[in-house]
Amino acid sequence: MADNGGAAGNGAAGNRAAGNRAAGNGPTGRAGSALDIRDLAAGYGNVAVLDNVTIAAAAGTITAVLGANGAGKTTLLRTISGSVRARAGQIEIDGMSLVRRAPEEIARAGVAHVPEGQGVITELTVEENLRLGLLLRPRRERAAAIADAYQRFGVLGDRRRQAAGTLSGGERQILVIARALLSAPRVLLLDEPSLGLAPKIVAQVMDLIARLRDESGLTVVLVEQNARSALEIADKGVVLNLGRVVAESDAAELAADVGLRRHYLGF
Amino acid sequence: MQEFIEFTLGGLASGIIYSAIALSLVLIWRGTRVLNYAQGGMAMFTTYVALTVINDTGGNYWLGFLAALAAGFALGAVLERGVVRPTVGKPPLNSVIVTIGILIFIEGLAGIIFYNGQSASFPPAYSIVSLKVGSIALGVSWNDVFTAAAVLAAAVLLAALFRYTTVGLRLRATAFNASVSRLLGVRVGRVLTLGWALAGLIGALAGVLVTPTTFLNPNSMDAIFVLGFTAAVIGGLDSPVGAIVGGLVLGVVLSYVGGYLSADLIELAGLAALVLVLMFRPSGLFAPTAVRRV
Repeated sequence: MADNGGAAGNGAAGNRAAGNRAAGNGPTGRAGSALDIRDLAAGYGNVAVLDNVTIAAAAGTITAVLGANGAGKTTLLRTISGSVRARAGQIEIDGMSLVRRAPEEIARAGVAHVPEGQGVITELTVEENLRLGLLLRPRRERAAAIADAYQRFGVLGDRRRQAAGTLSGGERQILVIARALLSAPRVLLLDEPSLGLAPKIVAQVMDLIARLRDESGLTVVLVEQNARSALEIADKGVVLNLGRVVAESDAAELAADVGLRRHYLGF
Repeated sequence: MQEFIEFTLGGLASGIIYSAIALSLVLIWRGTRVLNYAQGGMAMFTTYVALTVINDTGGNYWLGFLAALAAGFALGAVLERGVVRPTVGKPPLNSVIVTIGILIFIEGLAGIIFYNGQSASFPPAYSIVSLKVGSIALGVSWNDVFTAAAVLAAAVLLAALFRYTTVGLRLRATAFNASVSRLLGVRVGRVLTLGWALAGLIGALAGVLVTPTTFLNPNSMDAIFVLGFTAAVIGGLDSPVGAIVGGLVLGVVLSYVGGYLSADLIELAGLAALVLVLMFRPSGLFAPTAVRRV
């Protein structure tokens, strides 16, 4: 597992985010939002999955998106990153619209999406996977950035020449997060990072995500089935049900709402 | 023994052509999961382009050679962007029909532009007289040596491109997982166009290298395409190394069949090899290794 969880190359983002948090932009506030989603609708074919979804993720915070299977959590992330086309509404990152842009252009705008099932390219080596994260960085920064990643994520340095397909589930999760960070994103979208991992590894991954926010000021949108673990590290929680936002508040308040937890979150 | 040496070296010389065609098929298959049935037709067309340039420049072979490679690169890019791209994400049969359609179109177009009812001969780069050691004919000529060197050089350059450059990394990442590559900012459309362009270039190389030993007409690459396809299947459609080895193995086997049995059996033996591989080793001899399940 990771030795520690600093974000490679997010110093500027960190300073910006730290400023936003210090200025008191609350987790539900729209001022200082790195990611602003308004009245979003999306779906597949004739099936509408998201309807009128409005979420603001403040810079330098973790927003946990929770809900049962089929609630639309993964579709939300896929729509933000351009894999699913928005049918209505607006998605903005630092004021720039992402709607109707291709996934590669959204990635270039600063959104890193780690998809469910991890997104490791198993046929490539660990280092080649990491180099893919560097493609958006200036050439002169790449060597230092990858060296920094190996220092921060020691297990990847040890296995840099191995095919990524030989890594364990936890190691793969570290790899895809490290790869996403190497692109120096403004917003990190994580889809079910605990999926299929042992509880001990889940705790380590969640700890890593929290430290990425605290040390580097990264803005994270975290989709999780494991609501309890997600709310422990999140600043804000959003609950989706059948494609609509049914609750949105401070993570601690959400975790304390027994009725909501039992009804929608299963704990 | 002399016959054996002659057949073996001659088979390797033929096989390297099948390797080149196989390599061009593998390049496209890995990137797009499209089997380009038009590859032979594209190679035929670019060889006609080379012949036209050679004739128009007073016999300048190398200018024609370069024109063929440039035409192959451009043709691959234009076809991918204009005709094949709309089939991406559609049922696999769509791309099959489209590439067969491209083949029919290219062969028809070549018939209109270049073909006067008679097959044309295409000049070799070097002598096609068999080399000898003492009184023993080796069954290969300087032109065969050039052919092998050109294909192997192209293969090495491609391998270096894939292994050591960021362009190669983009090509490989797209081939293995296009959706994840997009999320990492890779402009997959451009990468796919480049893949087809490179395949067109390799196919053009095969066309100018093989045609001196055959004749050039709108259908002249059809049989060679089938053997190149067989070589790709033997090697495994996902493996560039397999494509090279598959072509060489097929070339040698067919040379033995032609030499020891009958030249009439060569194409039949090629098809038999294709059927046998599909029956007993459908993923080819160089199938990818298994991935750890987590």
